[in-house]
Amino acid sequence: MNTQANALSVTDLTVAYKDKPVLWDIDLEVPTGNLMAIVGPNGAGKTTLIKAILGLVKPAAGQVSIYGRAYREQRKLVGYVPQRGSVDWDFPTDVQDVVMMGRYGELGWFKRPGKREKAMAYDALEKVGMTAYHGRQISQLSGGQQQRVFLARALAQDAHIYFMDEPFQGVDATTEKAIVTLLQALRAAGKTVIAVHHDLQTVPEYFDWVTLLNVRRIASGPVAEVFTEENLRKTYGGRVAFLAANGNR
Amino acid sequence: MDLATLLHDLLFDYTLRTVALGTAVIGIVSGALGCFALLRKQSLLGDTISHAALPGVVIAFLLTRSRAPLGLLLGAMLTGWLATILVLAIIRYSRLKEDSALGIALSVFFGTGIVLLTFTQRLSDARQAGLDRFLFGQAAALLEGEVILMVVVGVLTLATVLLFWKEFKLISFDPDFAASLGLPVRALEIVLTTQLVIAVVIGLQAVGVILMSAMVLAPAAAARQWTNRLGLMAVTAAFFGASSGVMGTLISATRPGLSTGPVIVLVVSLVALVSFLLAPNRGLVWNWVRHQRNRRQLRTDQVLADLYQLGQQHGNPHHAHSIQVLRTMNAHQGGVEHTLKVLEREGLTQHRGDGHWALTAVGLQAAQQLLAAAEASHSPSEYATHNSQYAIQKTNHDSTTN
Repeated sequence: MNTQANALSVTDLTVAYKDKPVLWDIDLEVPTGNLMAIVGPNGAGKTTLIKAILGLVKPAAGQVSIYGRAYREQRKLVGYVPQRGSVDWDFPTDVQDVVMMGRYGELGWFKRPGKREKAMAYDALEKVGMTAYHGRQISQLSGGQQQRVFLARALAQDAHIYFMDEPFQGVDATTEKAIVTLLQALRAAGKTVIAVHHDLQTVPEYFDWVTLLNVRRIASGPVAEVFTEENLRKTYGGRVAFLAANGNR
Repeated sequence: MDLATLLHDLLFDYTLRTVALGTAVIGIVSGALGCFALLRKQSLLGDTISHAALPGVVIAFLLTRSRAPLGLLLGAMLTGWLATILVLAIIRYSRLKEDSALGIALSVFFGTGIVLLTFTQRLSDARQAGLDRFLFGQAAALLEGEVILMVVVGVLTLATVLLFWKEFKLISFDPDFAASLGLPVRALEIVLTTQLVIAVVIGLQAVGVILMSAMVLAPAAAARQWTNRLGLMAVTAAFFGASSGVMGTLISATRPGLSTGPVIVLVVSLVALVSFLLAPNRGLVWNWVRHQRNRRQLRTDQVLADLYQLGQQHGNPHHAHSIQVLRTMNAHQGGVEHTLKVLEREGLTQHRGDGHWALTAVGLQAAQQLLAAAEASHSPSEYATHNSQYAIQKTNHDSTTN
């Protein structure tokens, strides 16, 4: 693996739904080992950006490369944490089973998950503090626990770069802390994390890179450089009440 | 006919045995596949597929001029399939939502089928007689050859599901994640839907296009009530389907004029109804019992707290109050007198005569504990709910965000 290459590089990515542009000409370069937040108002295309990078939404134009090579060839280096609300948590299965789904890509056709997969699932659950729940029905989890199960599933993928869609969405304070600790552990292990994030207040605390997005890329780079009042105003159209508070930091 | 004769016939009567085997196979296959349809929120797809199979059956007959089951079933599969594709196309290329798309496909195909069927019935060709049994099904007319075909096709279908088990599970639970792993989600969906089409089609002769969707839905919905594991759910649904098939066949054999297909559907619906009501955890009856228990608890807490507050106003915690006051405080919801009597039995309240009630010493203690617990949870307006989890979360939050 070429460690010199950026973990993620996106050029000219454009996505349209029935002639309406959702993402316009996005360029991104994210160096390895960074935690990057994608922020922007509702409808800015944050989720679509992640989905387009992962090939879940077909872009009208643009290239994506992971560690210097086409995404298709690097799929095994990529972990994905979808929005918690994107699945039906009343599905008849338990926590361990969901986490093992992270191994299905490696496992290949026709093979059933076995001891090895169970052990990996257990390790992943340990990292998110959920081992006590490994046999729990997923319908009996709280929102924060659901989120941690999804994170554990991505950890079970043993990836190098993780895409997370709103990992902090609607979780309690305990889970938020656990996730932050996890992100820091991932960074320490040289992994790259790209997360859609809503809480502007915590961006400087949790992340070291940030992309400001509103259909177009407004700015992208180290938080210290690009997370400025001016860029935020451009992104949110001047409706940013919190800015005064943020300026005090 | 008594039970012993029925069981004897089931084992030794050629016709009954054939029919029972056939309906059991239908139940197993449609029950197992129905689980995936249910979990993927495609319950109505089975209905559309089965109705859309009718034109296929008639067209296959018109082309081959034969009622050989293989040809008719292939025709049914083909139009059932086309209808599915039409549904997907409508959803993707128009502004219509899934329910409208399913409705359109169902009516267009079924309408065409009826037109073709009535047209065919006017033909002088005598071989068309019996085609209309595809409408309501005629299990009693199942032949050994047809049942063997159903068994073979059914085994192949179940084998396919087993082979792609983990992939089918994943695309049913989280298709986006499946795609991010590189699984060919679209292709897997096509394979899975094809199995559903097959499951529907092999049941058409016995159950008919109109009622077949019940065989897909009811066993799966019933099984979901009893288990929280996908594998067990599929097995349970297959069992419910098969036993409903056999039961329905036996019941309809007890007297002439009981059409097998509809009786099977009634049996399977009964199984679903019982499951909805009685299954532990998910059953409505248990939910209701739990709900009542909670309400009763809330109500007694409320009355205790009310009596305590009234006592505070008088400076005498044991002051007796008219039940009318308590009724007013409880917004005339009723049940106050009953609650007071329950509390009296527990030694918490005391009837002082003439509809006046007061707290006992024990009751005063209980009320104080209740209010102290509510105090700790920061939610004075909900003092009777013991929402301690909320309280913990809230305090955590307060201490971390400053």
